[in-house]
Amino acid sequence: MSNTQAVRIRKGRSTLTLRRVIAYTVLILLTLLSLFSFYVLFINATRGHYDIQKGFSFLPGRALMANLNNVMSSSEMPVLRGMLNSFIVATGSAALSVYFSTLTAYGIHAYQFKGNNAAFKFILLIMMVPTQVSALGFISLMNNWGLRNSFIPLIVPTIAAPMTFFFMKQYMESNLPLEIIEAARIDGSGEFATFNRIVLPMTKPAIAVQAIFTFVANWNNYFIPSLLIDNKNMKTLPILMAQLRSADWLKFDLGQVYMLIALAILPVVIVYLCLSRFIVGGVALGGVKG
Amino acid sequence: MQATTAPAEKTVEPRLKRNRKSISYAKWGYYFIAPFFVVYAVFSLYPLLSTFYYSFFEYYRSGLKFIGPNFVGFENFKTLFANGDLVMYAKNTLIMWILGFIPQIVFSLLLAAWFTDVRLHIRGSGFFKTVIYMPNIIMASAFAMLFFTLFSDKGPINDIFISLGWMDAARPYQWLATTAGNRGLVAFMNFLMWYGNTTIMLMAAIMGVDPGLYEAAEIDGASSTKQFFSITLPLIRPILLYVVVTSMIGGIQMFDVPQILTNGKGLPDRTSMSLVMYLNNHLFSKNYGMAGAVSVVLFIIAAVLSFLVFRFNTRKEER
Repeated sequence: MSNTQAVRIRKGRSTLTLRRVIAYTVLILLTLLSLFSFYVLFINATRGHYDIQKGFSFLPGRALMANLNNVMSSSEMPVLRGMLNSFIVATGSAALSVYFSTLTAYGIHAYQFKGNNAAFKFILLIMMVPTQVSALGFISLMNNWGLRNSFIPLIVPTIAAPMTFFFMKQYMESNLPLEIIEAARIDGSGEFATFNRIVLPMTKPAIAVQAIFTFVANWNNYFIPSLLIDNKNMKTLPILMAQLRSADWLKFDLGQVYMLIALAILPVVIVYLCLSRFIVGGVALGGVKG
Repeated sequence: MQATTAPAEKTVEPRLKRNRKSISYAKWGYYFIAPFFVVYAVFSLYPLLSTFYYSFFEYYRSGLKFIGPNFVGFENFKTLFANGDLVMYAKNTLIMWILGFIPQIVFSLLLAAWFTDVRLHIRGSGFFKTVIYMPNIIMASAFAMLFFTLFSDKGPINDIFISLGWMDAARPYQWLATTAGNRGLVAFMNFLMWYGNTTIMLMAAIMGVDPGLYEAAEIDGASSTKQFFSITLPLIRPILLYVVVTSMIGGIQMFDVPQILTNGKGLPDRTSMSLVMYLNNHLFSKNYGMAGAVSVVLFIIAAVLSFLVFRFNTRKEER
């Protein structure tokens, strides 16, 4: 080994170490930045009102159960009811949206029919239309149908989910060979039964990813629900958050305010932490081909 | 796509296959896609068209009475552009989007390059990815409410700044009373919520680059900075453009965060009011004509941006 080569390698090693130090420093700082607000949230949810007003502390307080009890018994902010409502809307949307969008993807993927390609192009075209743009027509239609304060307008429209359709279509192209469907036909399986008994199980990984994303999106959805729901017992969590913000919050018990926010985000955080690898992998899958 | 597999099958057993497909099975395709299209037509397409229709009418609530609908042509659009509000809110939206997007794309590129760098070999990248993606799944309205409490005058952030000696206890910084404070917080929240997502997308793009190129560059003695700018950046350009445009489409829909943070008022003095907040105000006050006009403008912006995405995608396929 010549002398200059050795120098170059040594120099390379020291710059590598330097780059590592920089990379880890930035990563740790970003981690702190991302987690800090949630840390404060969960600390303050365990502290009493006066304790919080005295100033910030990095250690949890002793008012966790008191805050929880106060929040649960408050009639102004029916948070348990809100969680239940959000859960119904999110679960209903996830189930319908994933089932029917997969069915649509399969219909276009597996069958040659007139207008097949046009249908596919049409869904691609509408994929980017923001929901807010048709909100006016949607709200007035729902009002005309007497569907104010109902979950139907929040759940049923998710059957047409272009993003889910696109993801499932992509997945089927690389993971669902048409030969399998042919084989099922030869075995005498009906078309609809083939979809339910063979296609759904085969696309399970993609379905699970899409179900999670749809659940989260609808759990967090604020715009349309806030325009359609004003009955106290039908309010979803994001509407309660808006109500919390517009209330004369200085009169509020701060411990309760933090507890309410914590309860709104905790379920999704728990699901996320359990399935994070899976979810993060799903983002990458959807991204490259998009 | 199946368009490529179907003709291949046809050449194997021409008559038999074609008959089977076109006669007995094609109708199932229609049955399977029907629910999607029916629901779309009823709950999205019809509302979209009726929104456009409303935009040409004078139709609003005044007190308890509704005025209209009276056909007024382009009058709503004229009002919209004449009073300057729309332009102002478009500007606000753009500023808040850019303030958030610049750090988002810079950090995402940096992190994506680090995570995919074989020599650098970041340990615990699974942990870091989990953490930086997390804000994306948090309820935006709860996140905004949280920031509202954290950055209130006597909130924890000012407490910490005061105890660190960065701020005078007698004159705490009023984040939520200043334009810079509100816009900055909205941008910061958008950054936190989206940089993890972008990082993961860009990582997938970088991992698609032929590793041989990096090996060759390594042998030629190119530094990793040089490799990033000469190999990575040019090769992931299509996905980078895709990320920029989809983020812009997300940007024009900005609503939950500024709405909750400023209680729907775009404080101070409407300087953090976004376009969709404006639409929302018209929807709440039941001024359907104006709400329709704002929707049409939003639709046109989104359509132009989507057209760009569509162009990128089709170009990608052609290659």
